[in-house]
Amino acid sequence: FAARGCGVFGRRARQCGAGRPGPSPGPFPRRQRAVACNARGGAVPAGKSGLAPWIPVVGLEIHAQISSNSKLFSGSQVQFAAPPNSLVSFFDASLPGTLPVLNRRCVEAAVMTGLALNCSINKKSLFDRKHYFYADLPAGYQITQQRVPIAVNGSLSYSLCIDNKMSQMVTKTVRIKQIQLEQDSGKSLHDDTRCQTLVDLNRAGVGLMEVVMEPDMCCGEEAAAAVRELQLILQTLGSSQAVMAEGQLRVDANVSVHHPGEPYGVRTEVKNINSIRFLAKAVDYEIQRQIEELENGGTILNETRAFDSKLGCTVPMRDKEGKQDYRFMPEPNLPPLILYDAKSLPANMNHQQVINIDWIHERLPDLPSVKREKLVEQYGILPEHSFTLLNEDGLAEFFESVVKQTQMKPKRVIGWILNDMLSYLKQHSITVKESPVSSFLLADLLNLLEKKEISSTAAKQVLAELWKGEGKTPLDIVKEQKLELLQDQKELEQICQAVIDGHENE
Amino acid sequence: AALKDGLRSQVSAALKEGRVTPTELCQRCLALIKSTKFLNAYITVAEETALKQAEESEERYKRGQPLGILDGIPIAVKDNFNTAGIETTCASNMLKGYISPYNATVVQKLLDRGSVLLGKTNLDEFAMGSGSTDGVFGPVRNPWSYSKQYKEKSVPKSPSEDEESNWVITGGSSGGSAAAVSSFTCFAALGSDTGGSTRNPAAHCGVVGLKPTYGLISRHGLIPLVNSMDVPGILTRCVDDAAVLLGSLAGHDPKDSTTIQDDFQPFELPNLTDVSKLSIGIPKEYHAPGLSSEILALWSKAADLFKNAGAKVVEVSLPHTRYSIVCYHVLCTAEVASNMARFDGLEYGHRSDVRDSTESMYAATRREGFNDVVRGRILSGNYFLLKQNYEKYFVKAQKVRRLIANDFVKVFRSGVDVLLTPTTLSDAAPYMEFIQEDNRTRSAQDDILTQAANMAGLPAINVPTALSERGLPVGLQFIGRSFQEKQLLTVAKWFEKQVQFPVIQLEEVKRHDNGVFQHQKSASFS
Repeated sequence: FAARGCGVFGRRARQCGAGRPGPSPGPFPRRQRAVACNARGGAVPAGKSGLAPWIPVVGLEIHAQISSNSKLFSGSQVQFAAPPNSLVSFFDASLPGTLPVLNRRCVEAAVMTGLALNCSINKKSLFDRKHYFYADLPAGYQITQQRVPIAVNGSLSYSLCIDNKMSQMVTKTVRIKQIQLEQDSGKSLHDDTRCQTLVDLNRAGVGLMEVVMEPDMCCGEEAAAAVRELQLILQTLGSSQAVMAEGQLRVDANVSVHHPGEPYGVRTEVKNINSIRFLAKAVDYEIQRQIEELENGGTILNETRAFDSKLGCTVPMRDKEGKQDYRFMPEPNLPPLILYDAKSLPANMNHQQVINIDWIHERLPDLPSVKREKLVEQYGILPEHSFTLLNEDGLAEFFESVVKQTQMKPKRVIGWILNDMLSYLKQHSITVKESPVSSFLLADLLNLLEKKEISSTAAKQVLAELWKGEGKTPLDIVKEQKLELLQDQKELEQICQAVIDGHENE
Repeated sequence: AALKDGLRSQVSAALKEGRVTPTELCQRCLALIKSTKFLNAYITVAEETALKQAEESEERYKRGQPLGILDGIPIAVKDNFNTAGIETTCASNMLKGYISPYNATVVQKLLDRGSVLLGKTNLDEFAMGSGSTDGVFGPVRNPWSYSKQYKEKSVPKSPSEDEESNWVITGGSSGGSAAAVSSFTCFAALGSDTGGSTRNPAAHCGVVGLKPTYGLISRHGLIPLVNSMDVPGILTRCVDDAAVLLGSLAGHDPKDSTTIQDDFQPFELPNLTDVSKLSIGIPKEYHAPGLSSEILALWSKAADLFKNAGAKVVEVSLPHTRYSIVCYHVLCTAEVASNMARFDGLEYGHRSDVRDSTESMYAATRREGFNDVVRGRILSGNYFLLKQNYEKYFVKAQKVRRLIANDFVKVFRSGVDVLLTPTTLSDAAPYMEFIQEDNRTRSAQDDILTQAANMAGLPAINVPTALSERGLPVGLQFIGRSFQEKQLLTVAKWFEKQVQFPVIQLEEVKRHDNGVFQHQKSASFS
């Protein structure tokens, strides 16, 4: 679908400095003061005015694309990077007369996520229409859950290290206001030179979980840690693949600052954040910008700003549909979504037609926090190591697999995993799954070391050889390069004797 | 077999016995559509596909394997149901030329049972109206305008007033479907009913119009007016035929989440001989302002008919029904505003040439595509949905809707089986008179007796009852309990049999019905 016309859909700012001119000279003068607050949650020291300190307040709205075969209300497939408009059902294109049919898998994913985030699951939730005109929203409204969402009142615990020291970790909690099911929109591709917009509806109608966090955070680092923990939880549950780069996890940050004892300040909403690293940057930049703005006697506008990752700053995006009225209305084509628990489950109900919250609860996998505890307990490793293990997809499993296959103590294995293995993977930007060194090979190598057949230095040499992925076993390499430690006393004596014999005259 | 015959006992038998072939039936209907073209009942006539379908049906009969009663039966469908390959316009510039890639569930079900789809019938634009006068293809003319009965009784007031200015409206918004059934161009037609859009034209055109319980028939593929009230309607020439259609259309549709989960058991209607166990409720509020004395008299005559036959006839009260129209106005326009948002010129339908910006393209597309009635409802609906108005209007209207529905629940709980009311305030108005008032005023007046059933989701049926002094049809309405269509239709059938509503006498039909017309004054119903 193409919409032609000059200036069409040109509302979204594309570069830093676009949009409304304002007291936003760029990021540079602020750089040196970019520490908004630290993980202890302290207030930001007063600026040059020397008045009371500032308290930053950060809340997040996170859209997680549900991992499912088909869309939230239609049978079209969900797939990233498919040819444009190849995954579009009549309903997705909003053909007149089509009706939404709720995807059971999406509901289950939302229930799982709600339970994992300690939410109470609403046994009756409702769908609403949120209206606005946009080219990639074919129906002119989005089906969402504005009045009664599927899950409410939860919490998420996350940890972060103080002053960047891994050894000093603190655990914090952010309250989850609600999780709502809603439709994703399509994508608009703006072609400025030809003054047209191309619309791709592949994503239109894909199921989203919007996770709304209360403003319990106070800096970019906290926001980043909370999102990282959420991401891990979603991936553990399988309810979302939660890859930010692919848009499966999209984070909007609400940021404001105020003085202690005063009401919250006017907040801005920062969008266009596409990595966790940028989230921390964007939030900290915005906090700093607001403080400076206020200290220079300015005011904060309730606006939407975009984060420009190249320039490292936020810029006004569009006139925060400030005056936009979404004209919410109940979605008349979907009956209330009713969920059951073991108690309320009607006896004669077809199991295909009901969702049992208790049943899902019993089958929740171990969440990252539990996994970490188990790792610490079972293997005696340090808590911060358990974080590193879980932060890398598949690394904990790799570690456990190595431990199983070797006599080396887990406490020693972890060093090899975190120092040697992980740094190599990071250097070469490869995932655990892509690693040429399998857990079997590493265990083999560590066994040689443990049996004192090679030295630790030799082991590193062997590992370096193993990365080449030439299909050799550690033993092959040891033999090839003659790296064995000599443990046979006679052989040693013979060597010594030979040396002595060869140098009789000296 | 005559074009006027009932499906179950007569037409189906004639087809099975080979006295008539599906192709012959189809051809007769197509010829009649042509000779009654002036009625403007059809927007699209799908002659080619219809004849092909008839041929396929004929093959099945030859093999002795017809698909059922509806195999080979020519039907028409209101032009707000999607039909794959056949234009679906909603009588709007917005969808002129729009060919849907899929069939509405109801259309598919009829085709699956071997029905022959003759074409798409005229309506008010997007079904917004009560006259079938406000569509982009022009008004539908009531076949009774050309009947011997009307011509004899309506003496032109002045010599200049000829037939051309005397013709009466069909009612609406399913006027095309009602006219199509009434003029014998098809055996049955689909309409839609949101506030009375099936029953109102049925009453004015002297045919049976059934609005089933909300959720009994799939809305998938019906281009919505008010999703929470829309129901596909059935227009036939007798109550038995309506039951046949209902049997093939009702039941769960996985594509419409608001349909009932249970299976629907099709039924044949018994011939009621004893009505003494029936309790008929007469809601006093339906004695509405503007109700013609003629209809009032007919209504009480009908009540007496039941009473004299031994039924219990009680006066009941539905106190909130009088708020139905204002309440409907809010709920209807709100949903209309929402439903019409998709017509932006991008994916389908009309797109304006104005392209200075996306917004101006949207605006021009919608201005050019929708008529004043549709645009007016979109504006009011958006007003009611504004944040500052939502509680005041929309939420309040929903609460009133609940009260209206509860009134019915109470009445039925008190032991009443079926309610008997008039369907319309008067007989059909001449077009020239009808267009003196604007759409909103007329809709408010015309839906007044039918609307509450939609609010409550209840099944209701218009049964043609008698001719007015002007020789035009007048119908009465029965409203039943939720999902109790069988009881409702059984009562309607008994009543139909008592009143012996006369057959329309049309020149055009006489010519095409091989003289059978002459012999069957009123016995055409099975």
